[in-house]
This record gives sequence, C-alpha cells and structure tokens, in this order.
Amino acid sequence: MLIPCPWCGEREETEFHYGGQAHVAYPDDPSAVDDAGWAAYLFVRDNSKGWFAERWLHRAGCQRWFNAVRHTVTYEIAAAYPPGATRPVIG
Amino acid sequence: MSGWQVTPRLPDHPNFLWAEAEPKPAYDVVVVGAGGHGLATAYYLAKEHGITNVAVVERGWLGGGNMARNTTIIRSNYLWDESAGIYEHALKLWEGLEAELDCSIAFSQRGVLNLAHSLGDVREGRRRVNANQLNGIDAQWLGPEDVQKLAPIIDISTDVRYPVLGATYQPRAGIAKHDWVAWGYARAAHALGVDLIQGCEVTGLRREGERVVGVDTARGPIRAGRVALAAAGHSSVLLSTLGIRLPLQSYPLQALVSELLDQVLDTVVMSNAVHVYVSQAHKGELVMGAGIDSYVGYGQRGSFSVIEHQMAAAVELFPIFARAHVLRTWGGIVDVSPDASPIVGLTPYAGLYVNCGWGTGGFKATPGVGSVFADTIAHDRPHPLAAPFTMERFATGALIDEHGAAAVAH
Repeated sequence: MLIPCPWCGEREETEFHYGGQAHVAYPDDPSAVDDAGWAAYLFVRDNSKGWFAERWLHRAGCQRWFNAVRHTVTYEIAAAYPPGATRPVIG
Repeated sequence: MSGWQVTPRLPDHPNFLWAEAEPKPAYDVVVVGAGGHGLATAYYLAKEHGITNVAVVERGWLGGGNMARNTTIIRSNYLWDESAGIYEHALKLWEGLEAELDCSIAFSQRGVLNLAHSLGDVREGRRRVNANQLNGIDAQWLGPEDVQKLAPIIDISTDVRYPVLGATYQPRAGIAKHDWVAWGYARAAHALGVDLIQGCEVTGLRREGERVVGVDTARGPIRAGRVALAAAGHSSVLLSTLGIRLPLQSYPLQALVSELLDQVLDTVVMSNAVHVYVSQAHKGELVMGAGIDSYVGYGQRGSFSVIEHQMAAAVELFPIFARAHVLRTWGGIVDVSPDASPIVGLTPYAGLYVNCGWGTGGFKATPGVGSVFADTIAHDRPHPLAAPFTMERFATGALIDEHGAAAVAH
C-alpha cells in the first residue's frame, strides 16, 4: 500500500506507524467522566467496514502525524490532510 | 445390438454429513455464524441442554471463515487464571472430541514450544510456566539444548539476531484438522435436530422493547426466543445497530503453506518476538502463521511486508526452510479486543448473547467456548468460566491481558 504523506508524497506503508481512528477528542472535562465514559474513550473505536478516518505517523520520513481517509476493504486512500484540519467529505 | 454398451457416469456422491435446511418462521435459539464456535454452541445446546429447536444461520458457507483459515494450533498455556480456566476446559474437551463426535479430526498432541529470544522473553516464559503449573496445566521450561532435541532443525547458535534462549513447552498441545472439526460438529448437531442454514446473511436484530426477539435475514425474518452471536468481527457490526459499541478492531492476519515436504518437524514451534509459528501438517506442508497488519482492514489479504518479515525470521530459525517454496498465502480477518481476550456472555438486551473478540486464537477454544456459551444461553446467566469475559470489564478495569500469551503481536 502506498500512503500519501501530505508533506512527502506517496511512500511505502512500511515507512509509517499506525495511530488508529482520527478525530477522537480528549474529554473536555476529564474529572466529570465516569468509568463507562473512560472505557469508551480509551478502548472503543469505530470498526468501520468502508471509509475510515485514521491517524498515521510518517516515522521513517518527516516524522509528522497526519490523518487519512482510507477504505478498509479496498484500501483506497481518498484523502490525506494535516492534523487539526476537518475531515473531508468522502463517498 | 450386441456387446457391452457402457454409459459413462460419475460415481455416486458420498453420503452428505448434514442436510441443508430452509429457515422456519421461529426457533428457540438462533445462532448467528456457522464457524466452529457457532456450530459447537448449537451442538452443546442440543446435546447438553436438550434445546434442539435451533438454527445456525450463516451468510457464506459452513466453516468458511477463519475456521478454514487458521493454523490449527491447540494449547492452553495462557497466563491468567481466567484464561487457564476456559482454554484448559477446551483442551480437555479436545482430548475426548473424536469419541464425542464419532469422527476423526486428526487431533495430534505433538506439543508446542514457545521460544524465548531475550532476557525479557525468558522471564515472561518462566513466569507463565509457573502460572500454568499452579493452574494444573502441563508446562515446562526448556533450555536451548532441550529445545533442539524436540526440534532438531532449529538453529540454536548464539550469533544470530534472535538467539533461542529457551522455551516454554506444553506436551498436551497440538493440532487438529480444522475443516473436519467444523464438519464433525455440523454432522452431530444436525443429527440432534439443529437446522443448518447457509447463504443466509443476518442483516439486523429484531427487538421488542429491551428484548431481542429474532433476526432479519436476506431470506426473511426469523423469530427467536434467544439470539446468540458467534460472528467474529461482524458481531460488532450487528450490535452497533442496537447502539452497543464493542471495543473490537478487525485486522487481517496472514498465514501460508509450503509445498509438501518430508517430515522434518513433529512439534509446534511458536515465536512471539519474531512473529512466526509453524507446524507440519500430516500431509507434509509446513503451515506458518504471520503477524497481523498494523491497520484496520477487512480485505482478506494482508501486507506483503508482513510475509516478508515472517519468512526472514523463519529462515533464520530453521535454515533448511530456505529451500522450501511457498505454495500459497492467505489472510483472515481477526477481531481483536484491547486486552487480547474474548468477549463472551450476556448483553444489555434480554435474549441476546455475544461471543467474539477471540482475535488470533479462537480455533483452540472451539469446544470450550461452544460448551460454556451454550450453557450461558440455556441458563441466561454467565457460565462460571465465561463470567470474567464480559464487556463490562473494560469499564471496571478487570482486564485479562493476554498479549504475552496470545503469541501474535496485536
């Protein structure tokens, strides 16, 4: 799989480290979160069969994090964008 | 006309092991998924609990998922008491399974070695041996020379990247022929009255209030007193329709076989550190498992780099493998939980039970989880051996971390 780093362009997947689902926000008020809420934040992620926004680190390249929207069945990558940017609308 | 006239014809089909059923409007229990776990669950529901008005519905074909893709290793040398309970229960059932099902499953207790390549591995391995022995599980610690006695083709020289510093050894571990296990359970369940329905995808769960009362399928709705999910990663997809999010991620896990070779290895060898586990099938293929891809995926293939990495490690450990040819590689989708332990038991909805999250190690548990899941469904409470494996443990913190014993990097 070739992954398009927003800064370096397409590179082989072995250069990257996977960071799981993107856009999972840290709780706004941590002291107000109960056990079930922490379990959901720590452990529960979407298990999408289809388009999935996820985090990648270009470990063997520029060593910068970014997000990509990838299809988990075809592995097509529709978009790669810097952290903090809004997820593009895909499909 | 004179002389013999020969009409070419094929030989008769051998007797079918089970008959395909049409879905009835309602059952006492509908089991979703006709893999090993679903079939075993149906069998024990009928055999042990007298619940025979049961359907197993399968979107593909019977035993066609990871039951047909795994590397068939059976062992119970996990670290924690909870795991020892369920995996050792399974191993004891494996030991009587050919008689129980009245068919051969080519169960071969040839032992398993889990290699240690670093001081950390050695400490962890010794700790696991001690834990196993306290749980009554046969486990030994072996030094490099004893490892080589059991598997003479292993290179135990010290000047390699991953030297063999020792191994845990479970003599009662082994392998079985996975297809035959699925077919054996299917035949025995069918003989007890269970309907096996293939090509029937479950598309949704029917509920009335807080109770699940059936399933929607590609061939119409089926009412059910109880619904038992044994659909691996797709269990999380079905549960999400009820607003239940399971802490599961699905990844491709790869395996490969070589061409047929003379017998060179009569035990199972696993290495956690270099992600290779190998046994030699009865026919002679070397059966090798690799690691999982690092990223979520449902494509039943997997990264080439994973196979490349695994082959490099295998050839270093077993130098004679360098002359073997890969016959084929394949991938299955494994549903992995955060603590590398399964989720088995009740759900927030009455009449709905779930069994999933077995990750890379579900095959070995087949008889054990079938029996405890059936008992859980029949009595509507967790079987004592299933009780620790609830989905609530992620909130209470009572995790059962088996990343070390699961033997595949998660």
